Amino acid sequence: MSGDGQPRSHWFDDEAGPVVRPYAMTRGRTSHAAQHRLDLIAVVVTEAHADDPEADHMLSPEHVDIVQLCRDAPQSVAELAAELNLPIGVVRVLIGDLVDEEMVHVTRPVPPAELVDENILRDVISGLRAL
Amino acid sequence: MIFGRSERGKPPVEPVTLKILVAGGFGAGKTTLVGAVSEIKPLRTEELLTEAGRPVDDTSGVEGKNTTTVAMDFGRITLREDLVLYLFGTPGQDRFWFLWDELATGALGAVVLADTRRLEDSFAAVDYFERRSIPFLVGVNCFDGAARYPSQSVRAALDLDPSVPLVLCDARDRESVKEVLIGVVQHAMAYAADRRAAVTT
Repeated sequence: MSGDGQPRSHWFDDEAGPVVRPYAMTRGRTSHAAQHRLDLIAVVVTEAHADDPEADHMLSPEHVDIVQLCRDAPQSVAELAAELNLPIGVVRVLIGDLVDEEMVHVTRPVPPAELVDENILRDVISGLRAL
Repeated sequence: MIFGRSERGKPPVEPVTLKILVAGGFGAGKTTLVGAVSEIKPLRTEELLTEAGRPVDDTSGVEGKNTTTVAMDFGRITLREDLVLYLFGTPGQDRFWFLWDELATGALGAVVLADTRRLEDSFAAVDYFERRSIPFLVGVNCFDGAARYPSQSVRAALDLDPSVPLVLCDARDRESVKEVLIGVVQHAMAYAADRRAAVTT
């Protein structure tokens, strides 16, 4: 913990330079039509047939990275953003593109209504105990 | 990369994912707590706030800025191959409440980590979860060298509802953090049962 100095170190203001540049990867788009505000813990899974994303010239290197990262181990939106070092908003747009191209699909997290499902909660408790 | 598991006809397991939020003031030990139980080194992800993405009513304090970023730290616990729990440290700045909304949607529950030397830093988080009916517990992080107060005094100082659990913990200690998380889930279960009872009667 860095204590009191923490807020500043996480911050960039205008003087930090063009922090908006990541959106160049999305060709300026900040949202995606097909994307229903993907949750941070929504899981991205590469489709079995998406075995050669590099051959698709419509895809950017970042798209290809996502397809490859999620092939062996499906990853959450938050993990992808951290792994690729991109803002979450950018990753959401890229995932939306890949969903359109049917290169990946996204599994939604447990919907809020089912969080009251005792079986799931019990599984979480026993899982934590077993850690 | 060409011979991924998926090509052998066995698709990778698609886990069910859940999240618990860890809130509290700066220096309360949020990232330490996440790191104590996470199987990965806490990752940092950043959200870029733009004019387009920012709700109009939340711009106080950030006027004159076109873009800015806010960082969130998170960790992961694989409970079973098909059940994964994520822990998210909430952004500490009050002016980013609207980002909490996104984090809080679908959260199983929350921990408000309190430092008795700066209890006032936890007020905002307690209020937030109370207002949104998100089950939470208060974990009093027992810092070395900080005076220990009886839980009743801390409860009173935070004006906690009697149903909200308050536990003493050590954010550095894995076992202690596990107990805190189990406490959150148990509280969420009790909370859900209460709500069901309220609906059916």
